[in-house]
Amino acid sequence: MESSEIYEILKNEFGETILEFKRDGVVEPYIVVAPDHIRDIAYFLRDDERLQFTSLMCLSSVDYNDGTLGVVYHLHSMTLGHKIVLKVRVPKEAPHVQSVEAVWKAANWHEREAYDLMGIAFDGHPDLRRILLPYDWEGHPLRKDYKVPEFYNGMKVPY
Amino acid sequence: MAEFRTEEMVLNMGPQHPSTHGVLRLEVVLDGEIVVNVVPHIGYLHRCFEKHAEAMTNYQQVIPYVDRMDYVTSMNNDLAYALAVEKLLGIQVPERVSYIRVIMAELNRIASHLIAIGTYGLDIGAFTPFLFCFRDRELILDLFEMTCGARLLYNYIWVGGLSHDLPHGFVEKARAFIKTFRPNIKELNDLLSYNKIFIDRTANVGVLPADVAINYGVTGPMLRASGVRWDLRKNDPYSLYERFDFEIPVGTNDIGVVGDSWNRYMVRVREMEQSLNIIEQALDNLPSGDVKSAIPKRIRPPVGEAYVRSESPKGELGFYVISDGSGSPFRVKARSPSFCNLSALPEISRGAMVADLVAILGSIDIVLGEVDR
Repeated sequence: MESSEIYEILKNEFGETILEFKRDGVVEPYIVVAPDHIRDIAYFLRDDERLQFTSLMCLSSVDYNDGTLGVVYHLHSMTLGHKIVLKVRVPKEAPHVQSVEAVWKAANWHEREAYDLMGIAFDGHPDLRRILLPYDWEGHPLRKDYKVPEFYNGMKVPY
Repeated sequence: MAEFRTEEMVLNMGPQHPSTHGVLRLEVVLDGEIVVNVVPHIGYLHRCFEKHAEAMTNYQQVIPYVDRMDYVTSMNNDLAYALAVEKLLGIQVPERVSYIRVIMAELNRIASHLIAIGTYGLDIGAFTPFLFCFRDRELILDLFEMTCGARLLYNYIWVGGLSHDLPHGFVEKARAFIKTFRPNIKELNDLLSYNKIFIDRTANVGVLPADVAINYGVTGPMLRASGVRWDLRKNDPYSLYERFDFEIPVGTNDIGVVGDSWNRYMVRVREMEQSLNIIEQALDNLPSGDVKSAIPKRIRPPVGEAYVRSESPKGELGFYVISDGSGSPFRVKARSPSFCNLSALPEISRGAMVADLVAILGSIDIVLGEVDR
């Protein structure tokens, strides 16, 4: 199925929560959706028989360097063979996105990593804590304005 | 008899442990000998690869970092990243480059599976197959050293081509390796795969159903052992894999059930044989050409992003590269297969015994460099 057909189906179902569809001039077309409706959209994408997006290939967090953070979902259907990219953008001061952990369990650790490195809070995640950095680390390193702290637990950070 | 009062005990299978395949901490909640819950704690090998990639001034400079993610299969990591940047740039590599990439990727697949099989036997208690596997792996590492000078971390597959062409004598030495290695797989099967003790330890242990596997994002031999015939080299081919003729081994019911640890192990053994077929076909049909002709002088992709995935020996390795039009990457995200495969560990080890936990962890075949990046 083409990405424009997927966009049409989503637009019919969800209306204004589907914000944008970019197809021309990009390597892969993507759909921008509202961050507080992503879970319902995800359930629909997984369970609808025309779409059947059974697997979440990748969930990445991005710092767009203009005051917003984003989450990018790469979805793929093993049965029907199509792919789609979903994007979500939130302001940096209050980054809250609905968690899709209940839809694809693969998102569990990926969302924890996005929270750990970028600071995006996923509402509804059962166990949102740091995964790669030590549990008492302060700050979110992958942000563009991250400054390495001078001391960690009393030890001087060498770099 | 009086009522026994039982409590759960938390046992720490700490970061330093011979059977955790790296620095992985497993917090195991036990009820006697039965595992109630496993909480993996990762991040001991986190080297901030994604932050480093943003600081590089050139897309080619990221390749040594990518090498060090899954350090036993560097060629496959390089290949996935190079394909992602090439998709962004929109360039096509010469056919000779693709064929050599396939040869290197398949040789590295055999090397990685040899480590997985050898160390898995070692975890279970069999020492001899471990030495046999490492002896065979030395022949592969000799081939790599002949080509690019390095045994483990190659920096060989660059964006747009390769760093060195195949040296004289590579094709003959590779054919000699295939000839020596084929009977060794049979020897491995006689020693380990159909050994009654090994089967008792691994069959019916840690069964992962297919739909749970797909939901958890599990890919690679772990998914194929659960019965799903899904291999990116066939289902979403890249780098001219569609020209090669090989089969996809899937988990079977003849020993144990589909989705248990024995099947995860056996899929890897069978994949090694298929890799030998691919290498033979590639060596037979190797085209001529210049391997450096398509390497761009300055890599300045247009503004955009690309997600490319490849079948690394552990599973689906994907790179999501965002470019902002300048010479250095804006964001590089690596979706590593061991990260997703390891997240399924708590699910499949509930109800197993402590010794089975070691068997399950070994069959998942993780490399912590890839889990933590």
